[in-house]
Amino acid sequence: MTGPAPLAQQSLLDWDWVTRNAGRITDALVQHVELTLLAVAIGFLIAAPLALAAVRWRRLYTPLLTFTGVLFSIPSLALFVLLLAFAGTGLGRTTSLIGLVIYTLLILFRNNVAGLDSVSADVKEAAEAMGYTRARRLLRVEAPLALPVIMAGIRIATVTTIGLVTITALIGQGGLGQLFLLGFRRTNNTPLVVGIVLSVLLAVAADLALVVLQRRLTPWSKEQA
Amino acid sequence: METTTDVITFERVTKRFADGTVAVGDLTLNVAEGETVVLVGPSGCGKTTTLRMVNRMVEPTSGRITVAGRDVMTVDPPELRRGIGYVIQQIGLFPHRTTAQNIATVPQLLGWDAERTRARTEELIALVGLPPEVTDRYPHQLSGGQRQRVGVARALAADPPIMLMDEPFGAVDPIVRARLQDEFLALQARVRKSIIFVTHDIDEAIRMGDRIAIMSQGGVIEQFDTPAAILASPASDFVVDFLGAERGLKRLALIPVSEVKADPGPVVRPGDSADRAREVAASMGTDWVVVVDDDRHLRGWVHVEDLRGRVDDVAPRDFSLQVNATDSLRKALDAMVTSRTGVAVRVSEGGRYEGILTQDILSREIL
Repeated sequence: MTGPAPLAQQSLLDWDWVTRNAGRITDALVQHVELTLLAVAIGFLIAAPLALAAVRWRRLYTPLLTFTGVLFSIPSLALFVLLLAFAGTGLGRTTSLIGLVIYTLLILFRNNVAGLDSVSADVKEAAEAMGYTRARRLLRVEAPLALPVIMAGIRIATVTTIGLVTITALIGQGGLGQLFLLGFRRTNNTPLVVGIVLSVLLAVAADLALVVLQRRLTPWSKEQA
Repeated sequence: METTTDVITFERVTKRFADGTVAVGDLTLNVAEGETVVLVGPSGCGKTTTLRMVNRMVEPTSGRITVAGRDVMTVDPPELRRGIGYVIQQIGLFPHRTTAQNIATVPQLLGWDAERTRARTEELIALVGLPPEVTDRYPHQLSGGQRQRVGVARALAADPPIMLMDEPFGAVDPIVRARLQDEFLALQARVRKSIIFVTHDIDEAIRMGDRIAIMSQGGVIEQFDTPAAILASPASDFVVDFLGAERGLKRLALIPVSEVKADPGPVVRPGDSADRAREVAASMGTDWVVVVDDDRHLRGWVHVEDLRGRVDDVAPRDFSLQVNATDSLRKALDAMVTSRTGVAVRVSEGGRYEGILTQDILSREIL
């Protein structure tokens, strides 16, 4: 019999393959991390001003929430195919990022607004009465106090994005998603297993790192008392 | 109405909200330098709105408000507010800042250097009676009373001449509240700020205010005067109702013992005879005498019926409650109703007898 055995009959992991492809695996992991970081960072830079606007002008909240919600509900496979067809950015990083950023917006927007709303009215009143200007109050009082809820949004967005990055393998990116395609094409279990294990580990590690970062940034929070 | 020492003035100020309700109507009021004016009234009477117009948290619809001679509408709100201390019931401490950082809020906004800010923070922590170990704690690690003190210290940080206080002691239990009120009165005696103090509690108003403005619905001042004058002659039925029961007792609480003339009382010496004591008692219309020794120290009192021979043959009974010059007439009344003699005995700080107070004397004072 020629060609590889059916997947179900193979051993789960071929360490030999892993050693031979260490460079490829590392590249995929690095790309995965880069795409995730960029997508969440760009998503945050878009969602933050939208959230500020929605807090300042309440009427904007529902339309913005609906809009980002509709974007979020587009099936990911369809979105990337559509972007490929219509965005004109080709099979590249930009196209992937556009898609990934779109999926972060709902979570980041909603949590940024919820975070700013979670700052108690008494604290805001006290800040105003002490003589804070609006911008300074936002920066020095409201933003730090909103941080736990904002960080919760960033954590969800990050973990979600780590999963979604694999889809972008279909348009030539994909990070660890490339390993899935590879395993699928070659009917080889090992790249599939490596890809799955690493993306799960990456998601867990990113979440933990963000929790640690949040604790560093909010030494005052009650949970740490 | 306006004099050169008025630090805050309201001239015919009206606040009408967007929905047409008039929160404050044609209000005129002044706060002199170093004076505490209490705005008191039922909820919804516009007292908080009045307070918040001073630092432009609410802006008047018409009329004029001045702070230190300047029309508040001509001053940039953040600048205006940095010169006015503000304490609210919910305190509104910044949860993400330590005690020291909370207190340093306004100094920081004013751009003080670190050393000056630190020195001032330390001074204030001591001034409001906080232990130094709370300096680096976060608000959620403090007790209610401590948080309230931090709120006061934060308001005093840049030494503003004016303080606005909205039910500042409303969120703590009655025992802590009474202590905070006493502490605040002692603090105010030292710092002499010009204060507008809002409360719905008439007893707190009487206690804290140099003058009280009693307000009714729509921000109308029913009466604006000293607590004693308001209790003595309430201007309207509304004020009478608002003052509530025990108006006489409330007035007595405001008058110190030194304000009234004590009776000499039926005084005898330990060496006097029983007959002499009976004579003295009869002349004063009592059946007991006060025993005072040669250097005027109070020994106690005795029933004349118990006397045989000399006064000091019988052990005198104690007056369980005694009053001195700085106590209130209310305490004197308490002494009267808890003594079998029916009078309050007044002594000096050193325990020397100064006379007796009777219910007649109290009644004469407040009728």
